[in-house]
Amino acid sequence: MINYILIPVLPLAAFVINIIFGKFFFKEKSHWIAILAVFGSFVLSVITFAEVAAGKTINYDAFSWIVSGSFNVSFGLLIDQLTAIMLIVVTSVSLLVHVYSVGYMHGDKGYYRFFSYLSLFTFSMLMLVTANNLLQLYFGWEAVGLCSYFLIGFWYEKKSAADAGKKAFIVNRFGDFGFGLGVIMIFLFIGAINYTDIFANISTLQGKTITMLGHDFDLITVIALLLFCGAVGKSAQIPLHVWLPDAMEGPTPVSALIHAATMVTAGVFMVARFNPVFSLSEVAMNTVAITGAVTSLFAATIALVQNDIKRIIAYSTVSQLGYMFLACGVGAYGAGVFHLFTHAYFKALLFLGAGSVMHAMGGELDIQKMGGLRKYMPVTFWTFLIASLSIAGVPGLAGFFSKDEILWLAYNGGAVGKTVWLMGTLVAGLTAFYSFRIIYLAFFGKFRGTHEQEHHLHESPTSMTLPLVVLAIGALAAGWIGIPALLGGNNWVGHFFEPVLGHPHVHGTHAEEWMVVGISIAVAFTGILISTIFYLWKPQIPVLIGEKFKGVYTTLWNKYYVDEFYDRIIVQPAFWIAKNVLVGITDAKIIEGIVNGVPKLIGSFGEKLRKLQTGYVQHYALSMAIGLFVILTLVLIAGTR
Amino acid sequence: MQTGHDAHISTPVENTGSSPLLRSLLLVPVIGLVFYLGALAVGVIKYPVLSWVIFLPIVGAIALLFIPRKNEKLIKMTAFVLSVVVFLMCIPLFTNFDKTTSNMQFVEKYAWVPAFNINYAVGIDGISMLFVLLSALLTILCVTVSWNAITDKVKEFYASLLLLEGAMIGVFCSLDLFLFYIFWEAMLIPMFIMIGVWGGPNRVYAAIKFFLYTLIGSLLMLIGIIVLFFYNGRSFDILQMMTTNYPYDMQLILFWAFFSAFAVKVPMFPVHTWLPDAHTEAPTAGSVILAGILIKMGAYGFLRFNMPFFPQATVAMAPAMMVLSVIAIIYGAVICLGQTDLKRLIAYSSVSHMGFVTLGIFALNFQGIQGGILQMINHGIVTGALFLCVGMVYERTHTRAIADYGGAAAPLPVYAGLFMIFTLAAVGLPGTNGFVGEFLILVGGFTASKLLGALAATGIIIGAAYMLWLYQNMFFVRTNPKLLGLTDINEREILTLLPLVILVFWIGFYPNTFLSFMDASVQHLIERISTAGQLQLSQHLGAIPR
Repeated sequence: MINYILIPVLPLAAFVINIIFGKFFFKEKSHWIAILAVFGSFVLSVITFAEVAAGKTINYDAFSWIVSGSFNVSFGLLIDQLTAIMLIVVTSVSLLVHVYSVGYMHGDKGYYRFFSYLSLFTFSMLMLVTANNLLQLYFGWEAVGLCSYFLIGFWYEKKSAADAGKKAFIVNRFGDFGFGLGVIMIFLFIGAINYTDIFANISTLQGKTITMLGHDFDLITVIALLLFCGAVGKSAQIPLHVWLPDAMEGPTPVSALIHAATMVTAGVFMVARFNPVFSLSEVAMNTVAITGAVTSLFAATIALVQNDIKRIIAYSTVSQLGYMFLACGVGAYGAGVFHLFTHAYFKALLFLGAGSVMHAMGGELDIQKMGGLRKYMPVTFWTFLIASLSIAGVPGLAGFFSKDEILWLAYNGGAVGKTVWLMGTLVAGLTAFYSFRIIYLAFFGKFRGTHEQEHHLHESPTSMTLPLVVLAIGALAAGWIGIPALLGGNNWVGHFFEPVLGHPHVHGTHAEEWMVVGISIAVAFTGILISTIFYLWKPQIPVLIGEKFKGVYTTLWNKYYVDEFYDRIIVQPAFWIAKNVLVGITDAKIIEGIVNGVPKLIGSFGEKLRKLQTGYVQHYALSMAIGLFVILTLVLIAGTR
Repeated sequence: MQTGHDAHISTPVENTGSSPLLRSLLLVPVIGLVFYLGALAVGVIKYPVLSWVIFLPIVGAIALLFIPRKNEKLIKMTAFVLSVVVFLMCIPLFTNFDKTTSNMQFVEKYAWVPAFNINYAVGIDGISMLFVLLSALLTILCVTVSWNAITDKVKEFYASLLLLEGAMIGVFCSLDLFLFYIFWEAMLIPMFIMIGVWGGPNRVYAAIKFFLYTLIGSLLMLIGIIVLFFYNGRSFDILQMMTTNYPYDMQLILFWAFFSAFAVKVPMFPVHTWLPDAHTEAPTAGSVILAGILIKMGAYGFLRFNMPFFPQATVAMAPAMMVLSVIAIIYGAVICLGQTDLKRLIAYSSVSHMGFVTLGIFALNFQGIQGGILQMINHGIVTGALFLCVGMVYERTHTRAIADYGGAAAPLPVYAGLFMIFTLAAVGLPGTNGFVGEFLILVGGFTASKLLGALAATGIIIGAAYMLWLYQNMFFVRTNPKLLGLTDINEREILTLLPLVILVFWIGFYPNTFLSFMDASVQHLIERISTAGQLQLSQHLGAIPR
């Protein structure tokens, strides 16, 4: 058992050692401990994967965590097919990002701190995927969020970085609010929160309803949607997607590891893990599918016009995560996780490639100021190209197989299947377009930056290019484990997942499958072609279109004004109420007024009474508080009887 | 002048710290401790633990007054040694506690004023036991944190602190209502003095406000105590009162009488406005004791008196209490967003956190009550720690305005790291103690009422918002030039915070050490309430089918 426990514990040990001794003892050698630890975890994960592939499943409780009456939860370990593949994703990408960071973070004054956080993150993510109960999942869930907060705000002197970290944490709390209630609901109605008991007993809740505020809701739907709230936050889906693009303030290796390959996919992992719950509620399933499809399209359109290379890739991530939810929503959990797997490699590669470009350009992010880079950094260019071909869905590369599996199963999906299939196909075209927009603007044409930048252009050091090459192999070949029967494969990964994720119902014919594949290939090449015309052959066209459709362009450029909207309706009012109503009126005038003024009040009763009618804001506030109190009390008393 | 003053005080401490003679002398208490623990383990030492830990600080406080005023070092060392000895003497409470029974343990009972049937009776159960330990622990930390901060009337300060410790422990141990009331009011005096003498510029206003609020609440309780005395056949015996069944109407009236005393202490919305003033003006040690122990006594009072004495009234009033708690959670959290003063923000966050505590308690189920008690301990640890932290930085900057900070992570890295740990515990991150308490309370609250449970859970969103906002404004972004020359916290300060860091993670990862002490007592309390609750339903609802 110790070899399984060591998988998360090794990075934890590296974190503890580095955070305590890193600053004065290891300094610029801090990466050795972190890399050795994650390498150990990776080797153990590969061995474990082989065991699971041979048919073994590991599930046991390590030690008791919280015991309170009938509530009893442990720290445990569950390694089945789903977890095994996540272990591979997490440890392999983490290892490569660790190696890459040696070059990328070289000379940073927080070097030891950076590697400490990376280790802590790896530990947390491994705790998340190996959990055998909901509360441990929640532990990992919040812990990866914390590491994300630390790493986004890694350069904390920068206000934008500190703000972005805080935003990520708080926006995620909105999702976790629902997730936490979902956990409590499951405990309340099933009496346990470990997976085995939940999945064994969830069907007993079928047909039961729950009354809230006078309405009856289907219990399983409520539970599933509450859990999904958490996924929406963590995986940056509408309406909680706003934190992920800002998270790009963090160092680029962090964007690759946390905000592309691993943490943000936790939501997809969770929904897939809870497929026995979701599958029992059609409403929940459709919500997942639609949320995924809409987010996917929404983010892809924003990515079309952005100029910040990391933000384009970030919106692309939001979009691809939507794809995975789309898959889960139509019951194709296996395809969703398969896409998670391939996406981890090509998207991490895109980010690390962008990091390599930034490294050469002195931190420049604007693709309009790049150009012609393929001459200066061939390794970065070729690997970036492979990743782009993969995400665009060019046949034979990793992204093609997983995307195609999703589209085909969506086509076969239930009530919303055809709709989300259409949206998914459209997104595939947009994805191909914006991916090649980066390629053409950054790597082709003439260099458009400053002379100083041009003078410094160079290929990145080996510690950075080596991970790029390894990831490129992944972006190329990771899909080959799921080649469908139609194309002469045996869809190994689909069968591998079957015991955990089930087998989606397929009723379409071979001809239809050929059609779906054909359309998606055609759409991908169309996207690439248009991009080539726009940014290689006739660069004046996009400028003309931008001027012609100014309104659309501005809306997309401003990301549909969602941030501004939230700022107006949530952030500013909260601070305004706190400062002007609660501090200024309720506490200072009403409550203090009553306490300090009881004698006065009696004396000048008539005067006060007159004031009541003049409609002062403070009186509204007080009567609201009292009214709320009275009403809620009555509701509750009535409810308990 | 300020810096010269500090230097004058810190130099001798450093010198003596490195002297070999003093180092070898340090071995004496260490060896003594080993012998003491060994003797405890084999059961050689037997002493009336509770009386010792109540009266040793009080006697010590008096003894302190006889030390010459000029010898500040000796005064501080005596106070420190006394507080440590008191804590060590509490250890049997931990090791010899019988977790299987809900009966009072370590009971001592002597007749005191036989004419009025007043006894000196003390004892603890699973509900009070942890608070005794927490009081003893926090007192030590208050002594060490005040080491350089208090330079005026040093003798009186430490005497007040020790007096306060004795009275606080007395409150948690009393099994006689008269004795309880004595300790309850006695506690007010040193606290009043601490705020009024060593406090900030507005200290007199804050001290009087604190005193009046709590006194008016207590007077109603006093009337209730007298009624109970006569109703129970002229007896102040708390254990007897717990088994008496009072008429429903009387229960209701007395519930509110006791409630008024305890609600002010918690403090529940809307009687919370004394707390920000008291916290802001109090010296660091005063804030720590206020946040760590004093405001816990309100919630403790609910558990010890309101609920077992008046179970039917409790069941009837629980929805109202829960609504007030939820208002406190949200109101206290939102108002934090509007604060400009460090201590005021933490004070208001206490209102929100104590809302969680009372929500759990009045959910009247196992997880709620147990979570509520644990959260009281947690809040004592975390908010106590935050006030210690604020005190430490205040000693360096002499400002509490949040706007005067910024970028402090660069000059104060260790301090920033420790502050982060407590911030995370305050926002209830899993793996810290705050999570365990809040989660159990939400389980309990949600079981009792889905609507209120859900509303309460919004408090954790706002909680994250204001704590991270505070942290960012203190430690991140631009480094305020005024902060550049600051020295990071020293060994004394790190050691002051270290026990609390350990507790944050201990309770976070293995809360069962502490939860298991409460099991039997909480179960007993729930049985008392649920029997009465059914009784009440049958009495008042007659034949209404359920």
